Amino acid sequence: MDADITLRVDGSARSCTVDTRTTLLDALRERLGVQSPKKGCDHGQCGACTVLLDGRRIVSCLVLAVAQDGAEVTTAQGLAGPEGLHPMQSAFVDHDGFQCGYCTPGQICSAVGMLDEVKAGHPSHVTEDLTGDPELTDEEIRERMSGNLCRCGAYVNIVAAIREAASS
Amino acid sequence: MMPFEYEQAQDPAGAVATVTGRPGAAFLAGGTNLVDHLKLGIAGPDLLVDVSRLPLDAVEPTPDGGVRIGTNVRNSDLAAHPLVREQYPVLTQALLAGASGQLRNAATTGGNLLQRTRCVYFQDVTTPCNKREPGAGCSAIDGYNRYHAVLGASEHCVAVHPSDMAVAMTALGADVVVLGAAGERTVPLIDLHRLPGDSPGRDTILEHGELITAVQLPPLPMARRSTYHKVRDRASYAFALVSVAAALDLDGDTVRDVRIALGGVAHKPWRASRAEEMLRGATAGEEAFVAAAEAELEAARTLSENGFKVPMARNTMVAVLRRLAGITGDAS
Repeated sequence: MDADITLRVDGSARSCTVDTRTTLLDALRERLGVQSPKKGCDHGQCGACTVLLDGRRIVSCLVLAVAQDGAEVTTAQGLAGPEGLHPMQSAFVDHDGFQCGYCTPGQICSAVGMLDEVKAGHPSHVTEDLTGDPELTDEEIRERMSGNLCRCGAYVNIVAAIREAASS
Repeated sequence: MMPFEYEQAQDPAGAVATVTGRPGAAFLAGGTNLVDHLKLGIAGPDLLVDVSRLPLDAVEPTPDGGVRIGTNVRNSDLAAHPLVREQYPVLTQALLAGASGQLRNAATTGGNLLQRTRCVYFQDVTTPCNKREPGAGCSAIDGYNRYHAVLGASEHCVAVHPSDMAVAMTALGADVVVLGAAGERTVPLIDLHRLPGDSPGRDTILEHGELITAVQLPPLPMARRSTYHKVRDRASYAFALVSVAAALDLDGDTVRDVRIALGGVAHKPWRASRAEEMLRGATAGEEAFVAAAEAELEAARTLSENGFKVPMARNTMVAVLRRLAGITGDAS
């Protein structure tokens, strides 16, 4: 069963007709040609499909496109501006925060969303004082990024990249 | 995936009427569990009624000093809410111990309660499972069962409820507000989920078409001294082997009141009522904590691979109570 939807993807309004069964990830990749979100596990376990949905990081493989009519979607390719790469993207390049690169767009979207959560004062599983503002230690970065797997094991450099982007 | 119609709910009563009147219909909220089930072939609704945009997303203090949580409050927002962080730290900790940042941003309060077991056989439609297909048999009883129940299981099902949030809410004595075709009712959370018995297909007492609209936390000053401890195979982003939510109120070294709930051990969040009873009035300390934990676990029945859960639950309960009582040093 089909439905007409309009999404604002990386700053542009995009309309398409989708089967109600289509996930946001498949709508982006297969219908709209936006291929930076990657399909890894397709079950919400690997984080490769992470995008910012109305400003918050989510896994696009567990969201139905039809339920997101009118939403604002930012993918990794939409993070770069006219002046060049987003600071998080530059930090990943500077620190070799990847090897094969497949998980990278998801890592970068997740990291950008995560820093906003820290700015908003959200605690994490490793935050000692739940009532204060969290400090972004490496332990905090690792915990908050645990929903993004990297099978190349570039974690050490991913943490370094996020640390740098957070302080810039 | 089976084809389905989709519609956005305009109001709670309309959503309830639509789903109640259509046996194949289901509610859709955050989708983090249901969309996966659509893909896996575990669920095959012919209509999804999307309730995620209904304005049931407030966290509000109640006149009696408790907190009312709208069903659409996202797990991440609930964990971060100042009222919860200050008054019910066990709930913030439990939420943050579950899933990943991305999933917590999508998952809702009502959806979290109604998520289904992660038993590998339940999730694999090529294997027999009484929960998916009543009468098919249970593959876990003689199979891979290290994640499975040690309390309250039956010969038909040994699955465990996967929620962390629900364990904390159970310890806090939360109520669930449910809207049905006949009106609203309030159900103690401890009665929402069922033990499997001979009908493991039903996780909860909800009737088809009933919609959770809110969770109410009672005023509980002692919950300011509460905590959640989750034991799992990885340090992050894994389901519990065993978890303990507890709150402790001491008068000197006498236990005035205590709340304990266990996760990862049963088909529902397990309120450790027996341990609580033994501890009320007792002298806080290793001896009382061990005796209470062991009494609670006396009824435990283990399977081929999950025997470790009994000492793990005992030790975790004792460790959590020690921490809340401020007892340091070596455990016996």
